[in-house]
Amino acid sequence: MNRCVKIGNGQGFWGDSPDAPLRLVKAQPDLDYLTLDYLAEVSLSIMAVQREQDPRLGYARDFIGVTKALTSEWKNRRKLRVVTNAGGLNPRGCAEACVAALREAGCKGMKVGLVTGDDVLSFAKDPGPHAEHFRNWETGEPISTVADRLTTAHAYIGADSVAEALRAGADIVVTGRVADPSLTVAPCIVEFNWSLTDYHRLAQATIAGHLIECGTQVSGGILTDWLELDDPVDLGFPVVEVESSGSFIVTKPPSSGGKVSLLSVKEQFLYEMGSSDTYISPDCLVKLDDIEFIEEGPNRIRAQGARGESPTGFYKVSATYRDGFTASGMLTIVGRNAVEKARRAGEIVFERVRRAGFDLARTHIECLGYGDAVPGVLRRPDPEDVVEVVLRLSASDPRKEAVDRFAKEIAPMVTGGPPGTTGYATGRAKVRPVYGYWPCLVPRSLVSPVVEILEVT
Amino acid sequence: MSSTESMVRMKLGVLACARSGDKGSSSNIGVIARTPAAFEFLKEWLTPDRVLEYFKPLGPTGIQSHVFPKLGAMNYTLEGVLAGGGSRSLRIDAQGKALAQALLEIDVEVPAALVASLVS
Repeated sequence: MNRCVKIGNGQGFWGDSPDAPLRLVKAQPDLDYLTLDYLAEVSLSIMAVQREQDPRLGYARDFIGVTKALTSEWKNRRKLRVVTNAGGLNPRGCAEACVAALREAGCKGMKVGLVTGDDVLSFAKDPGPHAEHFRNWETGEPISTVADRLTTAHAYIGADSVAEALRAGADIVVTGRVADPSLTVAPCIVEFNWSLTDYHRLAQATIAGHLIECGTQVSGGILTDWLELDDPVDLGFPVVEVESSGSFIVTKPPSSGGKVSLLSVKEQFLYEMGSSDTYISPDCLVKLDDIEFIEEGPNRIRAQGARGESPTGFYKVSATYRDGFTASGMLTIVGRNAVEKARRAGEIVFERVRRAGFDLARTHIECLGYGDAVPGVLRRPDPEDVVEVVLRLSASDPRKEAVDRFAKEIAPMVTGGPPGTTGYATGRAKVRPVYGYWPCLVPRSLVSPVVEILEVT
Repeated sequence: MSSTESMVRMKLGVLACARSGDKGSSSNIGVIARTPAAFEFLKEWLTPDRVLEYFKPLGPTGIQSHVFPKLGAMNYTLEGVLAGGGSRSLRIDAQGKALAQALLEIDVEVPAALVASLVS
């Protein structure tokens, strides 16, 4: 018998459906592992803002609610292990809050694994002889140009540390920045006792993780043929059934809505994938050209053919730096000449800000509904036919007071702007700090992940 | 194909599905043909230059592409197309999520004799 391990994803990003993890676990009672992905490229900078306000924060607090919801499952002696990057900037704080929630629920004896060591901010600020690797790989600029404004710098570490925590008996593993697919690779390593140099199998598991890391995007979400989905209300979160060979099936709970099809899997396979024959993960290089997807039954797609090679000597780093302030506000303009009225209203707002003494560094006017979401590319309707548009005004500037002033100039359009101006119920535009994204590399030798086990007493 | 052959105009969305997202200030668009015949046609027709030209108003600085014959799919990466990307761009579509749907609106000129095999 070819045993398989069933790994689900119940959270595709920070802000995904709060009920999804428990719903998935209940709909798929034989699930072995639940992965929860909370981190996108700039999530850590949002967490940095929260941590500045309260040093106990800096992680995805939603996960503590998920932990509480799952305790009823664990108390029924169900074997279910959770792997999550909810730790964000503060994995220790997250793991401790998780232990506290489990203790309160009476889950004595459960173990929470904690993976740290992904924070490389000190190296990024002062890279010394490694400065070349910390250059922005998009622009080539040296990191010294933003060193004094850096807020976070985290290496995407791999599955090895997560696997170590699972081997040490962790029921829940909390990490910071671990590469998204590695959350899925680690359980496979442990269940099948794969070697860390068994690159073909690791490559297969990496693709499995890549396919489920965005939750319902593989099971019908954002599908081109989305309008044809069955039961999108109960859109199923994805499950992979990985075999010891690394071959796997992508599926979803039988009772759930949505669709896992060749098209849904291929769309998600290519999602945020670079245009080359290789996908780079910290666990292996995945050679993509021989990957095949085969429909084995309704909502069951088999994936095979990924080949692996040894990983590079570097970890990818996502660093973020302070880059001024921004705000966006929207008004709806209804009636004849809606596009012209909206544009003029936008120009008036920016001219008022200028007369108040602020030449904003960057401004942007969009007439949404008139093709401005992909400006100059989408076909525009005849302006005569457009009797309502959403005017979206945006600005950014290094000076907070300049952006504050802009945010205050939008509302006056409700009484001083074009007729048919409406939709201001959301209130004044919120001024937010901007965090620039700085992708770079760090030599593996500089990063030492640490695994700890916290036991619920 | 000869210039006298009769052609049928259709949207790319009739022939393919697509999905897009961001990587820094670049965006990739995966295009999956709906039929094997559509793939054979599109891998020649939907050239990187054509995709780059279509998105020119957004100011891309270059394009990379890769063809996946086993998937019947192409992957295009439009470099620098997101005006700073995720956190810096002032556009509503800062993450390029709309680019795939925009690409599916491109007009494709298909030889009339091929139409049945492309869309079935």
